[in-house]
Amino acid sequence: MLEADNLECVRGERRLFAGLGFRLAAGELLYLQGRNGSGKTSLLRMLLGLLPPEHGEIRWHGQPIRKLADDYRADLCYLGHLNAIKEELTPLENLLAAARLADEDLSEDDAIDALEQVGLAGREDLACKYLSQGQKRRVALARLVKEKRPLWILDEPFVALDIAAVDWLAGLISGHLQRGGLAVMTTHQPVSIAAGTVRELRLG
Amino acid sequence: MFKIILAVVGRDLKLAMRRQADIVSALFFFIIVVSLFPLGVGPEPDLLRTLAPGVLWVAALLATMLSLPRLFADDYRDGTLEQLALAPHPLGLIVTGKVIAHWLCSGLPLALIAPVLGVQFDLSAEALIVLTGTILLGTPALSGIGAIGAALTLGLRGGGVLLSLLVLPLYIPVLIFGAGAVDATVSGLGGEGHLSLLAALTFASLGFAPWASAAALKIALE
Repeated sequence: MLEADNLECVRGERRLFAGLGFRLAAGELLYLQGRNGSGKTSLLRMLLGLLPPEHGEIRWHGQPIRKLADDYRADLCYLGHLNAIKEELTPLENLLAAARLADEDLSEDDAIDALEQVGLAGREDLACKYLSQGQKRRVALARLVKEKRPLWILDEPFVALDIAAVDWLAGLISGHLQRGGLAVMTTHQPVSIAAGTVRELRLG
Repeated sequence: MFKIILAVVGRDLKLAMRRQADIVSALFFFIIVVSLFPLGVGPEPDLLRTLAPGVLWVAALLATMLSLPRLFADDYRDGTLEQLALAPHPLGLIVTGKVIAHWLCSGLPLALIAPVLGVQFDLSAEALIVLTGTILLGTPALSGIGAIGAALTLGLRGGGVLLSLLVLPLYIPVLIFGAGAVDATVSGLGGEGHLSLLAALTFASLGFAPWASAAALKIALE
């Protein structure tokens, strides 16, 4: 269970939000909304533990995330609006390297299977610099296919995807929620997630 | 603990192999700078022997500096650094891996080519061995200290110049003891004292620098 309590965010001179709190249980999705600059990404970075909140506390299973540190990060999977893939490496190498750095066991067959699911079959061994923007995004999304960690934090996951891929990703998130996972997501696109309880939080 | 360091080293080495221009340009910079001195100063063996340790060491410092700005910048730009910071390991260990990979791609090639360049300065076989030894022993400290500077200047405009201003003064002890060891050997005093101090500098900076860099990186990522 992820809880946020009385969070306050100050960027520069501006206070983006204060007194913000929520509680997210297993199988629930938190849908962050708000106009540009309302602090959605700042809130996500707080939930990741990258940005310390001005006030307030974030707890994971009742423990403050600052105290949990590595144990919290081991339960967390983040997809930012940067793809975090290396142009010089192939999609397969990118996926395997990301899994090794996150301490996950991902076999080569699983990685190839994940790339097939995101529609990159046959391009596993092509350096990522030759892929299109949307295809690079798919390489980043392929990380989620075999992802077993319970908390997903997704910043604009639907950007640069075609309609079929949007449906596929919505299905993937539904599956994660059905397995008892949690997800926090920002998006400007209206997307329907079939499974789980969807909570909304509007900033600004 | 070693698994994550190995994973980072492996990834960075693979990236460096795909982008060999970086390694090769630092190496050629070193070769050219060192080779210009005998041409400019003239073929006076005594003078060249006196100059050799300082010239080789200063060139090694500058060649190491060349690749420093990209140590974290590429990872920062494409979002990989965020993922590294979110890995379930202390960031200091991950930076240790990056420093080791940086040394393997910058310091190690310099040390391997140094004895060949030393011949141009009429150094004796013994002095060449000590020279190679000091560069092998001292360059990890350069990578470590450089990582702190690279982390502090991450994401700044004109960070490259600032990086040199920050890091070069901190390189002075390594320069003094590195060049000093070769000098002492050439003059017959024996360089063991210098070498011990150089080793101490390297181990201290490899122990501390990754954690200082990690703290700076966390600020850059906020």
